[in-house]
Amino acid sequence: MQLFATLLRKFFLLVVSLLCVATLTFILMHTIPGDPFMQEQAIPAEILKSMYHHYGLDDPLTVQYGRYLKNLVTWNLGPSFNYEGRTVNEIIADGFPVSLALGCESLFLAIGSGLLLGSLSAAFRSGWQDHMAIFVSAMGISLPNFLIATLLQFFLAMKMNLLPIARWESFAHTLLPALSIAALPTAFIARLTRSSMIEVLQQDFILTARAKGLRMRQVILRHVLRNALLPVITYVGPLTASVITGSFVVEKIFAIPGLGHWFVSSVAGRDYTVILNITVFYSFFLMACVFLVDVLYCIVDPRIRLREGRITKNQN
Amino acid sequence: MDPDHFLPLCSRQPIVQDQVVAGSSYWKESLRRLRANRIALLGIGILIFLGLFALFGPMLSPYEHYEMHLPMKNSPPSSKFIFGTDELGRDMYTRTCHGARISLFVGITAAFLDLVIGVAVGAIAGCVGGKWDEAIMRTVDILYSIPHLLIVIMLMVVMGPGIFTIIIALTFTGWIGMARIVRGQILQLKQLDFVRAAEALGASRGRILLRHLIPNAMGPILATMTLTIPTAIFAEAFLSFLGLGVQAPATSWGSMASTGVYALRFYPWRLFIPATFISLTMLCFNLVGDGIRDAFDPRLRT
Amino acid sequence: MSNLLEVEDLHICFSVLGQEVHALRGINFTLRKGEILGIAGESGCGKSVAAKAIMRLLPAHSSSVSQGKIFYNGQNLLKLSEAEMRSVRGKEIAMIFQDPMTSLNPTKTIGAQVMEGYCLHRPEIKKQEAKHYAIELLRQVGIPQPEERFLAYPHLFSGGMRQRAMIALAIASEPKILLADEPTTALDVTIQAQILDLLRKIAQENGTSIILITHDLSVIANMCDRVAIMYAGKIVEEAPVDVLFKTPRHPYTQGLLHSIPRLDTPRDHPLVPIEGRPPNLTKTFSGCAFCPRCSSALRICTANDPPYISCDTEHHVACWREHPQNPHNQG
Repeated sequence: MQLFATLLRKFFLLVVSLLCVATLTFILMHTIPGDPFMQEQAIPAEILKSMYHHYGLDDPLTVQYGRYLKNLVTWNLGPSFNYEGRTVNEIIADGFPVSLALGCESLFLAIGSGLLLGSLSAAFRSGWQDHMAIFVSAMGISLPNFLIATLLQFFLAMKMNLLPIARWESFAHTLLPALSIAALPTAFIARLTRSSMIEVLQQDFILTARAKGLRMRQVILRHVLRNALLPVITYVGPLTASVITGSFVVEKIFAIPGLGHWFVSSVAGRDYTVILNITVFYSFFLMACVFLVDVLYCIVDPRIRLREGRITKNQN
Repeated sequence: MDPDHFLPLCSRQPIVQDQVVAGSSYWKESLRRLRANRIALLGIGILIFLGLFALFGPMLSPYEHYEMHLPMKNSPPSSKFIFGTDELGRDMYTRTCHGARISLFVGITAAFLDLVIGVAVGAIAGCVGGKWDEAIMRTVDILYSIPHLLIVIMLMVVMGPGIFTIIIALTFTGWIGMARIVRGQILQLKQLDFVRAAEALGASRGRILLRHLIPNAMGPILATMTLTIPTAIFAEAFLSFLGLGVQAPATSWGSMASTGVYALRFYPWRLFIPATFISLTMLCFNLVGDGIRDAFDPRLRT
Repeated sequence: MSNLLEVEDLHICFSVLGQEVHALRGINFTLRKGEILGIAGESGCGKSVAAKAIMRLLPAHSSSVSQGKIFYNGQNLLKLSEAEMRSVRGKEIAMIFQDPMTSLNPTKTIGAQVMEGYCLHRPEIKKQEAKHYAIELLRQVGIPQPEERFLAYPHLFSGGMRQRAMIALAIASEPKILLADEPTTALDVTIQAQILDLLRKIAQENGTSIILITHDLSVIANMCDRVAIMYAGKIVEEAPVDVLFKTPRHPYTQGLLHSIPRLDTPRDHPLVPIEGRPPNLTKTFSGCAFCPRCSSALRICTANDPPYISCDTEHHVACWREHPQNPHNQG
């Protein structure tokens, strides 16, 4: 019963957050100097007036806000002002599946390598594996993703011809982009895993387990992993955000027809409705992901059920 | 053995009742640990060098950063142009120095503003507690769930590019991480006995906050600030890549790198030079930030 | 009576924040079959370190054994490979720790944790059988309703129950030696008595030899056959329990016993502490570690470390006053 109440509260927070994003976007849309038709040549006043009326831009703000919210809920994101005849809906429908595939691939890569790297690091603390892992993580955090993408493309694709240079045609085409996007999250996850594992490894019950005669590997698998993975799960939000923003540059560099590519183009072309609506879409998606993981976490973590007996950790 | 050895010891220093071990305060201990961390020291050293580079670098160059030498455009590093020239024949060395100023300025200012706002909000939430805490933290949670970089992009699109708009955009949601950390720290520290002791002596809440809680939370605060700077520098580079960064003729490492990306095939130095500076700076700030965080971690104390 | 465990001249060093801490500066003791040996000393004297050293559970990257041997069953435990040592841990030598609250994994059931070591050393035993055995163990250590408690998580147990579960966990594989590191320090006095009774019962019924580590001399008096007193990383006196309490020879032991308030002294009688503090083990020093605090120090004490002297058949002291060449020695 308590579980249900917690979930309900989280869902409510989600709705409020979405509302905030939508409102913020609405406010921004209406603070943009000039109007959406400015790019065109001088338009006769009457035609301008009828265009305004057609798009509902001459109604009072509150009415526009209400209409905006209604449109969001009914999934009507409006037209693009740059690309004649295309609506934002269509743009999203075209680009999102591609980005989603790329994003998922990057995610798996990041989580897999990050966990591996972090565990090795913690298990062989102060050994060469640890130092190497720390170095690789430091690189991952410090090299901007567009740099990594460019370098990978330059060396592995152009110079060494190992993988295709660009476009989205086969599985091989997905490797370099996925690697580029995964670099930063891998580093973060590795560091998180390492520090949380080290912390768990210092707990007394690890000594008890070792005193029974368990090998290190068994200790880690049976006693450490479960406890150490929990902080990593809380990182899922920033992880998804990182993958999303990573996709902007990477899709551009590798000429991948995903949503990120469209987004970057519309930023360059100042297609305001597209920019803002895609942002709203991304925010919704991100927050939904975080919410789902949160729910999963609540169900899966035995210590939510064992709240009283929890060893206090620095929760933040 | 000489039987004299077995005579009682008469001359002996009187037992010092309480040998005062040269006690160190929390700060001295943490600074000592930081100084022992050679990697962090190396990072600090490199950052100081970069700072000097940014401040005094242009003085060593005969060119201005906007000075164009079109016949010499896209020339590789040589004795005339140590870092080569860009697509408009401008000296890369001077532009890199100038870019250092902008990038570092943006990074440090944004991080500092995040610090001020974040500490204020976090301290109030943590200290005051109760309904205010709830309200503030709910708001923070909601804002936290909105992707930071997307908001920055949106704001930049609306406000138009420029140094100060970048700083404002970065600060708009950047303070949230700091606020959460500060609040967490204060909540932890509040429960410790020394706060109770201070209260029992009649100290006001404000005094406790300023003189006891915030100084003790300084470690994570400094670490977070040091780790925010590379995020800001990266964000600025990212914005430049999208065309929302600082505008010509001013330049930042980010905008130099983003134009350099397209020239990689034929003029690689145009990418590698700013990229190296960006990466080095971010790496050093990360290492120093890690060092600070480890040095001030109370759990690692002897 | 044969020696089950022999520790010879063990030296252990820790590396903490760049400084070397000499935690054990050469200790010698033996454990005989079927006896309960007590190791007593102040916090920081190195008793836990000694126990963990026997099990080779010290952190590898910050500690090192600079010298010494630990013989169990004729083998030097310090020379065994990690794989060989693992077959010793839990099966031949088991250990229980001080704080039962943090020594048990909060996310695993008590039953699972009791079974784990047992199943590890006896892989041929089926799960069901192991479960029955575990429940029997829980009953043996005095946990009521063991079938239900088997499925419970540690946080639902009281401190005493948790320690009993720890003991069950440790004796599951029927080890020959049980190292008990301050098993009752974190418990209430009444529960202490129960746990000590349990340990005594295990020693008698299962023939397990126990090394009981504690700072509480009354526990030693109650439980142990022999006792070794540790100070600053060395053993300063070793004797059968009644001999030590009746005729302590080392000034430190004497000081310890004098400082215990007695029920039969008058109320206004002042407490008698031992003045001063234990030495800083990051520094090496010459002479006896206790000398600065010793009221009967001799000249030789500042210069040379005292050897381990037998002043009686079973009674050893590390004190120059007991040296045979000391003309003032009463013998």
